[in-house]
Amino acid sequence: MLVLDSVSKSFGGLHVLQDVNLSVEPGSIYGLIGPNGAGKTTVFNLITGLLQPSGGSITFEGASLLDLPPHQITQRGIARTFQNIRIFKEMTLIENVIVGRHRHFTYGAWSLLTRSGAFRQQEAQARERALELLAWMKLEHKANDLADNLSYGEQRKLELARALATEPKVLLLDEPVAGMNTSEKVDLMTEIENIRQRGYTIFMIEHDMRFVMGLCDRIAVLNFGRIIAEGEPADIRSNPMVIEAYLGKDDDEEVTA
Amino acid sequence: MEWFESFWAIHSNLILTLGTNALLALSIYLTLSCGLLALANGAFMGIGAYAASLLTLNYDMPFSLALLVGMAAPMLVAFVIGKPTLRLSGVYLAMATLGFGEVVRVILLNTESVTGGALGLNGIPQYTQWWHVALAVIIALYVLYRVKHSRIGRSFEAIKADETAASLMGVDIERTKMTAFVLGAMLAGLAGALNAHLTFFIGPSEYGFDRGVEILTMAVLGGTGSLAGPVVGSVILTLLPEVLRSFADFRLVVNGLILVVIVLFLPQGIWDPGLFRRWFGRSGKRV
Repeated sequence: MLVLDSVSKSFGGLHVLQDVNLSVEPGSIYGLIGPNGAGKTTVFNLITGLLQPSGGSITFEGASLLDLPPHQITQRGIARTFQNIRIFKEMTLIENVIVGRHRHFTYGAWSLLTRSGAFRQQEAQARERALELLAWMKLEHKANDLADNLSYGEQRKLELARALATEPKVLLLDEPVAGMNTSEKVDLMTEIENIRQRGYTIFMIEHDMRFVMGLCDRIAVLNFGRIIAEGEPADIRSNPMVIEAYLGKDDDEEVTA
Repeated sequence: MEWFESFWAIHSNLILTLGTNALLALSIYLTLSCGLLALANGAFMGIGAYAASLLTLNYDMPFSLALLVGMAAPMLVAFVIGKPTLRLSGVYLAMATLGFGEVVRVILLNTESVTGGALGLNGIPQYTQWWHVALAVIIALYVLYRVKHSRIGRSFEAIKADETAASLMGVDIERTKMTAFVLGAMLAGLAGALNAHLTFFIGPSEYGFDRGVEILTMAVLGGTGSLAGPVVGSVILTLLPEVLRSFADFRLVVNGLILVVIVLFLPQGIWDPGLFRRWFGRSGKRV
């Protein structure tokens, strides 16, 4: 579905990613793990068009994503959340989610000015869908609050609802549980599993090993810009290279990101 | 009705200036609500004023057509200069648009055969009626209100909050910014065209740096969180010099002082719904 073929990225002389090959299958939860600074977020930035790769190809459902601006990549069905939460703080929850519905509005300038039937119908539909998505995240009772007033965990959930509002086929989650406490993590794990059950494909970056091992169907391990292992959670757990690169020495630093 | 007639005779010019200033404040509100600090609105006002006046003055065109051209000309210019400059952000965009404003002023100054140079255009027919201005303000407010509560207005707000996140929500950043910029230019041009046909005379110095700053001040003073803000700001800044008439020479000082106080203590502007709610104790829901 989403395929990265020998993708590389360098900033000047710094090779952030080298020869990265990944393939995310429809309906699966794919995990990308690796120590801090391994280049994981760069992978997401390349997929979503915020950065262009220095080499290799990225294809989604058979079509290349290279040289497309971010909003067009979103329109093709890829949505993401951010490691450092990027919600629209001065807007209400429901407005945040409706922004995600942007591409589903087709009304033109004229029906906007006249509040035509199409305008009202699409706006009403968007509100309805936004409320539904907020309900998935159990935030519907706060729909008209300002996003700024939410707790950290709730802001992450709002970001997830907003990303879902674009009606993506693939959802990219950049460290969804970073900075969360244990109960919030368990909570979110359930939500993500629920989202998958609804038919979405998920590609996530995560530091929390228990979280990744528990959720993902396949995992790739990135270290110094290279994929050093790829496979099912059980294989990854026992892979000596992975243990050396990541699990063995990084255990105490799990919370850093 | 006699008192009204004498009142109108004395103050009509001021009241109509209120209207055109409101349009100007709304014109910069558009770009500000998109998070763009573009200071070209004085220049767009000038382009609109000159374009419309040249038509009525030299070609006896009907006023309606002149107004249309007065809106279309700055829109076109905004589109052309928006392409390269809207990629800039923050202070760099402000610099680029200020520079553009100076270019416009210098061009108006030096194309004497067309614009009359420093002497400006004289004897512009006084077509502008009070209801023209009133209608323009009402239509502008209606359109902006509708835009604000639509996908476009939400895109503006999203871009202002976080451009990257907005683009990943499927918002076409470049196009949305251009929409705000071009619509702002249109409003400024309309204000310029109406104003020119009110004042009989226009000259290049009216549309320079000072004007640009004045327009920005009106919007910032009133607050850009809502449509009411810029209108309130323009009313205050238009009436202030009249109220402070007795201070004569200190007028500008008082003017500046008030601004400093506002920016320090009411950073969201005078018209701040959030502040009103805090004062009047309603809960944190948004209107």
